Amino acid sequence: MNDLNKRSLLKVVALSALAAAALIGCGKKEPAAPVAAAPAAAPAPAPKAEPFKAAWVYVGPVGDAGWSFAHDLGRKAVEAEMGDKIKTTFVESVPEGADAERVIRDLATQGNKIIFATSFGYMEAMLKVAKDFPDVKFEHATGYKTAPNMRAYDARFYQDTYMAGIIAGKMTKTNTLGFVGSYPIPEVLRNINAFTLGAQSVNPKIKTRVVWVNSWFDPPKESEAAQTLINGGADVLLQNTDSTAVLQTAEKNGKFAFGWDSDMSAFAPKAHLGSAIVDWSNYYKKSIKEAMDGTWKGAIVTRWGVAEGQNDLIKISDMVPAETRAKVDEIKAAMKAGTFEVFTGPVIDSAGKERLAKDVKADDDWRGKVDFYVKGVEGTIPAGKKS
Amino acid sequence: MNEIALLIAATLSSGTPLALAGLGLLINEKVGVVNLGAEGMMLIAAVVGFAAAFHSGSPTVAFAAAAAAGALSAGLFGALVIWLNTNQYATGLAVSLFGGGFSAFVGVEYIGKTLEGRSMHSVPLLGDLPFVGPALFQQHPMVYLTMLFALAIGLFFNRTRTGLVLRSVGENPESAHALGYPVRWLRLLCVMAGGALCGLGGAYISVVYAPLWAEGMIAGRGWIALALTVFATWRAARLLLGAYLFGGVTMLQLALQGAGVDVPSQFMSMLPYLATIVVLVLISSNPQWIRLNMPSSLGKPFYPGR
Amino acid sequence: MLQLEARAEASAFWRYASPVVALGITLALSALLFVALGKDPVRGLQIFLLEPWNGTRAITELALKSTALTLCALGLALCFRSNVWNIGAEGQFLAGGIAAGGLAMWLTMQKTGISNWAFFPLATLAGALGGAIWASITAALKDRFNANEILVSLMLVYVANLLLSYLVFGPWKDPKGFNFPQTVTFDMAIPRLLSGFRVHWGAVVAVVAVVMMWVFMSRTFKGYQLQVGGQAAAASRYAGFSARSTLWTCLLTSGAFAGIAGAYEVTGPIGQLTPFVSVGYGFTAIIVAFVGRLHPVGCVAASVLLSTFLIGGQLAQSRIGLPAALTGLFQGILLFSLLACDTLINHRIRLKAKP
Repeated sequence: MNDLNKRSLLKVVALSALAAAALIGCGKKEPAAPVAAAPAAAPAPAPKAEPFKAAWVYVGPVGDAGWSFAHDLGRKAVEAEMGDKIKTTFVESVPEGADAERVIRDLATQGNKIIFATSFGYMEAMLKVAKDFPDVKFEHATGYKTAPNMRAYDARFYQDTYMAGIIAGKMTKTNTLGFVGSYPIPEVLRNINAFTLGAQSVNPKIKTRVVWVNSWFDPPKESEAAQTLINGGADVLLQNTDSTAVLQTAEKNGKFAFGWDSDMSAFAPKAHLGSAIVDWSNYYKKSIKEAMDGTWKGAIVTRWGVAEGQNDLIKISDMVPAETRAKVDEIKAAMKAGTFEVFTGPVIDSAGKERLAKDVKADDDWRGKVDFYVKGVEGTIPAGKKS
Repeated sequence: MNEIALLIAATLSSGTPLALAGLGLLINEKVGVVNLGAEGMMLIAAVVGFAAAFHSGSPTVAFAAAAAAGALSAGLFGALVIWLNTNQYATGLAVSLFGGGFSAFVGVEYIGKTLEGRSMHSVPLLGDLPFVGPALFQQHPMVYLTMLFALAIGLFFNRTRTGLVLRSVGENPESAHALGYPVRWLRLLCVMAGGALCGLGGAYISVVYAPLWAEGMIAGRGWIALALTVFATWRAARLLLGAYLFGGVTMLQLALQGAGVDVPSQFMSMLPYLATIVVLVLISSNPQWIRLNMPSSLGKPFYPGR
Repeated sequence: MLQLEARAEASAFWRYASPVVALGITLALSALLFVALGKDPVRGLQIFLLEPWNGTRAITELALKSTALTLCALGLALCFRSNVWNIGAEGQFLAGGIAAGGLAMWLTMQKTGISNWAFFPLATLAGALGGAIWASITAALKDRFNANEILVSLMLVYVANLLLSYLVFGPWKDPKGFNFPQTVTFDMAIPRLLSGFRVHWGAVVAVVAVVMMWVFMSRTFKGYQLQVGGQAAAASRYAGFSARSTLWTCLLTSGAFAGIAGAYEVTGPIGQLTPFVSVGYGFTAIIVAFVGRLHPVGCVAASVLLSTFLIGGQLAQSRIGLPAALTGLFQGILLFSLLACDTLINHRIRLKAKP
């Protein structure tokens, strides 16, 4: 390096150092201010109890009107009920890869006493952080691994889709139903199967077609998938994806569809038959109360559904005939009473094999292992798995 | 039979944004500027178009706003590349990356919002014809506009004097400059016009196709549009066909899924991208085609003084 | 009126100052943005720039991210200098991750009980091979058919992502994983640098790679050849430097490096293959390479800067509620400002009086 270059480099380094110093100087001022204020505040009345800090980690944006939106409604409900006693934080659009561990860990170090991670991709990351923070409670949605200070929770969407199926079976004129699927994981397969079983209970002739978009939220793809299903003859659609695209495509084509995760009736009044929703607020209130009064227990998996008010099929349209609505109400009441199980034998898969014997009611174990389509669903599950 | 008609219809719809963006890029490249920022411009236009549609309720306003947004982003790109002579590839990439971030940021407000009044369009009389009706005549007006654009652009560059001047700018900017043409301003004009078209393509996706806003919703269509200009050897009519070809592959793989074809869905989803590669290979392997049609100054900086 | 005038020779001052000034512009615009969003700009900048350095763990997390970015950017710097436009580093990253992940999965399921240290070179090799093979597709298509490497390498990114998705949803799915799309968690991992922290010996490999690349680019004839090809293609051809050799060397090298980065990410902090391996390092590395002036040492500094941005962005979300999309925006502004400032390397601004 000749003199000219060295001088230039030195100039630049000096500039950068100055800039950095200025920034650090500015930064340091921040913490200094509150410290100065505290002694002044001391003579004031006894300080309130520190609010209980709870944090949520979302996989998508809060405004998605779908999955993350529903969780955030739950968080807001907790805030509304507990007011000053609680301070909530949330981080949205956290990718489910290596970054998740860092975000969860940061929330734990920031003093949050309970952390909810709302997607299965956070499972391993949460497990690792839970090991290092024995005093913090960790809750993982839709997963299965637990620890003394970590537990899993889930909803029973398949109860919603069964009820939707009843309506779909009655409303379809082509006897072809369509399902826009996200990823071929057990939960979604369960939902497809429940939808089909529900429809078959009022209309044994129906068949269900499935198109996979390989995403939870991708409106253009969801539109394309919905259009494809409609082009193939489906006239009632259900989805496991998070946007209103499917509903709107159905409305554009003069067909029917359901809302998902939240009340979507406003988006497509002519097409909307009902919304399959989830309400996490009861569970969140329960968990936080347990954490606050010390009765929180880890290492369990809690699955709430219609009976606990966590799942429901709401805003059923007036277009649905009264007798169908009555049937849905009847099933709903039975679910609430705990006497109705969606997956009750005989259940035959699409290859003809019996998966559940006559009158046998499925348990969580069976439901967790669903890797097949029931008879009536067309096609094979992607990624090479044959039922 | 009806399913095939519907597939054709879906193809036209799916190929339109690709065609719009591709035509915009074609205009750019005819004057010698390669804009790798198509994806970013489409994203910016998509969010601007959606916001405009949401607030005004009018798709026309939305498309106009999106075209303006596309033109502005292209203008920024043009200023850097034409006057400051920054590397065209790097600057284009910067537009793409910036567009992604900017659109995601602005779009936060609009996630979960929806536009009202979606209905089927149908050309009177023609739309009711059997088979041909649903196949060709039940599209959004923008689909037909795109075909008109392709025709107009093809005629413009090949049959008009202005088109010839612009092509000469693309072939040999130094000579054009020597002849007294304001090469840089002409390039900027074309870059901005191209940006406007990309903008229309982006808005089509967020206002007509989806019709929602989601981060990253262009999903690589800007890049495919770039490939289309090579595939089309810089001819507008061929580009339109190429766009429909790609739209068709996308919709076909979904239709096959729905029909229960036993191929993993991920491989089906790969088809449009693999098709792009195959097409690139086929066209590029014949250097004649490329050499004959590619504007000679493509990608190279122009210095008026030298 | 302002006019641009070409300099007689490139300004050395501006070559180094340009990234600093670009950073300054980005920060200034960021501060304005914070104000527009109703947040305190100083606090916002503090969280973005300083908080990621706050504490030992924070620094190790920066080192972890910088490792991946540096490795990717090194290869890209070589490519861009030689005028080979490899935009598909993300796909090569994934391919390396798939290769190393597959190896780790196989070793785990065979219950070989292999030690972390024995696994380390194997993972590195697997990653390098995976990435290089993926990049070789682009190289072969360009070599044989003159297919544009920008588009081919980019399309292959989408293909790589879908391939990963297929593997974890299908043949590589953990049989005991309740049908969730993920492989078994691996029994072994890249050895950690400090116990309790996630930074691993890949960081050392990255440093070694930086040195190797610097030697190659500035001290070997081959390195010289590649760069001449990038700056003066005609002269290079006249001198008999083979464009084909340039193409293959650059793509295979950058593919290998990106693949190693992917391998370390999968067998290090993640510990299994999931559909979510990709976070865009391959694309961020493009910015890193440019901000780093396409110089190996510059790449290190730039990758630390961008890691700060990435981590700072997530912290800004959880601490002061700024939207997640901000980070991408800042990266874009940084690159734009850099390109604009770079003009000053070869031009100077003059005020010309109107006649």
